[in-house]
Amino acid sequence: MIPAPFSYYRALSVDEALDLAAEHGEEAKFLAGGHSLLPLMKLRLALPEVVIDIGRLADLSHIRDAGDHITLGALTRHHDLEHSGLLARELPLLACAAGQVGDPQIRHRGTIGGSLAHADPASDLPAVVLALDATLVARGPSGTREIAAADFFGGLFETALEPDELLTEIRVPKPAAPRWSFQKFTKRAIDWAIVGVAVQGDAVALVNMGETPLRAAAVERALADGAAPRAAAALAAEGTRASADINATRDYREHLARVLVARGLQEAHARA
Amino acid sequence: MKVEITVNGGQLATDVEDRMLLVHYVRDVAGLTATNVGCDTSSCGACTVLLDGESVKSCTLLAVQADGHDVTTVEGLASADGQLHPVQQAFREQHGLQCGFCTPGMVMAIVSLLRENPHPTEEQVRSGLEGNLCRCTGYHNIVRAALAAAGPAHPRGQDEDRPGGGVAP
Repeated sequence: MIPAPFSYYRALSVDEALDLAAEHGEEAKFLAGGHSLLPLMKLRLALPEVVIDIGRLADLSHIRDAGDHITLGALTRHHDLEHSGLLARELPLLACAAGQVGDPQIRHRGTIGGSLAHADPASDLPAVVLALDATLVARGPSGTREIAAADFFGGLFETALEPDELLTEIRVPKPAAPRWSFQKFTKRAIDWAIVGVAVQGDAVALVNMGETPLRAAAVERALADGAAPRAAAALAAEGTRASADINATRDYREHLARVLVARGLQEAHARA
Repeated sequence: MKVEITVNGGQLATDVEDRMLLVHYVRDVAGLTATNVGCDTSSCGACTVLLDGESVKSCTLLAVQADGHDVTTVEGLASADGQLHPVQQAFREQHGLQCGFCTPGMVMAIVSLLRENPHPTEEQVRSGLEGNLCRCTGYHNIVRAALAAAGPAHPRGQDEDRPGGGVAP
């Protein structure tokens, strides 16, 4: 399978990428690692007329300690998140989840910004940044704006980004509590999660339980009210809108959410 | 667009269509046909090559993305006098292949794995080969080949020396 013809532009700076995006508007797509976009283009599910390659913007690839938070360049690869000593200490949830994305070859190419901007509800990192209360930084023609992870995911493959905006950075507050867990249920190792759960402290986020990553609000409220983890986990499917597909019915996904939240809370508690 | 890619040590400058995939570049432009197209959806790993020393799936990369970079295919592993790479030698000795279709990708994935983690445990080899499928299901001997190529594990184990199990960015 070969993508339909397109015009390829290679941006050598963020400004150049933004100029190209402004020029070509909705006909253009940014290409980072390409592991979400290229498969869609090969299947003709995406038919951009213009591809703007941002893969060489080295200043968008970094992991930095900024005191009370960690900043991640949007082009930081899953492989780099997985093996970062800084993240292993400060954001082990993110390092662990990044290490479970796809397979080693995919992690050598795929980027956190690409994963978030693609906004596949079955992807791991959108739920992880939601559980971590991250802030996403986008640059556009009128400057830089910050978007809370909770406001970023608008629907299936939809984000708050405008077509002429580029996600440049993710800021993640250092968690107050060391309790975390990442649970991912798949049939085969490299598959997307049928359901996944990210736990950080008392925050619980769900992978693939709706059109966007979701916070398990009923679980969080129950925990805040002093419920035992197992009782709280029983509420994991409340407020979710899981889809049915070849992998699972909606009932089965709801069952998995309850089981995986219980496991996640238990594992997180054991780390305290 | 014109791309200059170093393939197995030799530089090649060619005009390619913007949409050409790296695997087709390797097979049709560089003429190196050991790299196979399997699933063509970045699942099976048959098309695995090294890009700047790291395993990638060349069916999910544009040739223009590799412009200015180094690509290594399985043809580039053996030395000029024909001496096999240790991973190739281990595949031969451990019977790591049956039909052979997945083998070039398996070998390249293992070369990359051992570069990042020279003495992996069996479990690390198995998870490190998540992205490569063998439809003959010959996994046991493939894992044995990887472990044989790595040599004996570090006596103190991996985790002590390698927080996170790999290289820091």
